[in-house]
Amino acid sequence: MASLKDLKNRISSVKSTQKITKAMKMVAASKLRRAQEAAEAARPYAERMETVLAGLSSSAQDTPGSSPLLIGTGKQDVHLVIVATSERGLCGGFNTNIVKAAKLHIEELLANGKTVKILCIGKKGYAVIRRDHGDRIIDLKDLSAVKRLAFADAQPIAHEVLAMFERGEFDVASLFYAKFQSVLVQVPTNQQLIPAPIAETDDDAADALGGATYEYEPDEASILDDLLPRNVATQIYRGLLENAASEQGSRMTAMDNATRNAGEMIDSLTITYNRTRQANITKELIEIISGAEAL
Amino acid sequence: MTDTLHLEIVSPERLLKDAEVAMVVVPGTDGDFGAMPAHAPMMSTIRPGIIEIYETESGEPEKLFVKSGLAQISDTGLTILAEEMIDLDGVDTTELAAGITEAQGAVNAASDDMARDQAEAELEWRRVLSEIVS
Repeated sequence: MASLKDLKNRISSVKSTQKITKAMKMVAASKLRRAQEAAEAARPYAERMETVLAGLSSSAQDTPGSSPLLIGTGKQDVHLVIVATSERGLCGGFNTNIVKAAKLHIEELLANGKTVKILCIGKKGYAVIRRDHGDRIIDLKDLSAVKRLAFADAQPIAHEVLAMFERGEFDVASLFYAKFQSVLVQVPTNQQLIPAPIAETDDDAADALGGATYEYEPDEASILDDLLPRNVATQIYRGLLENAASEQGSRMTAMDNATRNAGEMIDSLTITYNRTRQANITKELIEIISGAEAL
Repeated sequence: MTDTLHLEIVSPERLLKDAEVAMVVVPGTDGDFGAMPAHAPMMSTIRPGIIEIYETESGEPEKLFVKSGLAQISDTGLTILAEEMIDLDGVDTTELAAGITEAQGAVNAASDDMARDQAEAELEWRRVLSEIVS
């Protein structure tokens, strides 16, 4: 049976833990708001990019000599899997979920006899993936120094991926991240980057461009060539923004739970403490009474 | 028919401008072009240069420097997708000069075509910007 002093120490330690988790929850809540705003602000660009691309690619798809970024290399042998996770822990199942989805995908590819290369963004996912697929990881991008995610942070990653593609080091690239739905729900998502996925409803896409005949300067193919690499950067940036919002949302929920659990623990510890105290007093009383009776 | 042009400038980070203007001069890859209300639908890539926004036909233009991007004119107006904008007032010439030297070095050191293209693009916008500033 724990002594009174032990119990007291335990209670005060849980109390300070609760204070920390509470503070972390509040920090995550305010960061979440900022991350959500950033994700929202990035939406118009991505949407417009998508409409333009969809319109252009539907016409360029059948043209021979189109950019391999759009139609692929004609092979599907080497896959690049980009896994975007967080730099910090204590955010519930956020990293685990992304890594689980990525691993499932990787194992499926391996079972089909494909070669897999892995690029990690964020060291939390790296730590887990390294255990099973350490030899397949080609690089780790550390974004821990980044306070506010800017497009300039996504660009170098995109440049590197594009350079690798240019050198023929992979055929298909996909990005794993968690899509932010709400504070409680973040969906691990697998998004194909290269070749660029083409909107299924091509007719709608053409309509989205107004259905008008456009004049192209210099010409459709060059615009597409210019746009596709930028689209890769945009998609990565978007994924990272969603990820940042998801991370904070997940952390907020996790810390909220932790705070509640700590509260419950304090309650039950306090009851034990009081019971023990009473038992001690009763015991002492009995000792005194029986001592008095013996006289 | 409207007598103003709806202009939208979007960067990956946010919507930079959403306004009704009289005319916009855009530095297209194949030459500058002025977009006025009811312009025929067109799409053009942008080379490094100044976008001039005329809110009224006779007024002074608002100038924005873009590194690259895409301009799209449709029935609804002019949309410019630009990755980076630079405020002309905030340009540090010494920093820019250092950037040019560095970019020049990167061009010389580039090992393959892709890296060279990238380095050249970096060099190009810095050169254009420094010409405009000086």
